[in-house]
Amino acid sequence: MERKTKVNAGDGQQDIVITREFNLPLELLFKAHAEAELIEQWMSHEYGTTKFVKLESRKHGSWQMETTDAQGKVAFRANGVIHEFVPNQKITRTFEMEHSPFGVQLELYVFEKLSDDTSKLTMHVIYESVAQRDQVLKLPFSQGLNMAHNRLQDIVSKLK
Amino acid sequence: MIIRRDVFQAIADPTRRAILVLVATQSMTAGAIAANFDTARPTVSKHLQILTECELLEQEQTGREVFYHFNPKKMKEVADFIEPFRKMWDDRFDKLENIMKKYNPDSNRGKK
Repeated sequence: MERKTKVNAGDGQQDIVITREFNLPLELLFKAHAEAELIEQWMSHEYGTTKFVKLESRKHGSWQMETTDAQGKVAFRANGVIHEFVPNQKITRTFEMEHSPFGVQLELYVFEKLSDDTSKLTMHVIYESVAQRDQVLKLPFSQGLNMAHNRLQDIVSKLK
Repeated sequence: MIIRRDVFQAIADPTRRAILVLVATQSMTAGAIAANFDTARPTVSKHLQILTECELLEQEQTGREVFYHFNPKKMKEVADFIEPFRKMWDDRFDKLENIMKKYNPDSNRGKK
């Protein structure tokens, strides 16, 4: 099965490229990256709710968002500035997780029309160093590993 | 049709993950592995075949029996941590796609 979202992270490089093709018209894909209430919807999940403190979707605008856990406690806050904002084409912004050792990252989002109903997003993310990139990549891995491990234990315990 | 045997697909299956957990602790024959599951023997054989093809398991002939070994080197490839990151974005983007498919533009933007 072809995997829809592709991540290219070359060994020893300090950037990654994430690509994804969507069954959505270009305008809707872009909108989903430009309007706070839409981003909040797709960024939130069962473990955390994402809300923007502010989002100025324009050149030289800035943004700040926070994610709260199920108990309503702020789990983390992130912010950055928008360097470039070209509707249906490109967003260039910085991203920094507050009070974290991960540094600031430069994110270049390129939006492309594939057909009337399909579109493609290419996210190029550049980190301060190779080590910081690898740390960020490992974040969901350590969380995921715990979850996978719990699942494995569930499965194995059912076998007994 | 050629099905690409990819490590991540191999471990996506819960039974195959359970097999890996079993074999990781000690090498076992197919029969001994199958004895741990309710699943039909041919199904377990199929899982073993997939795990072997993608090199998560290695076969070793000892006398008349074939033992399956766990290959930690290949597992490390999986642990190369990109996959959970990719999965995280894949889940987010799936959600984005679903939300936007239901999105109702206020303005009259004509044919979608």
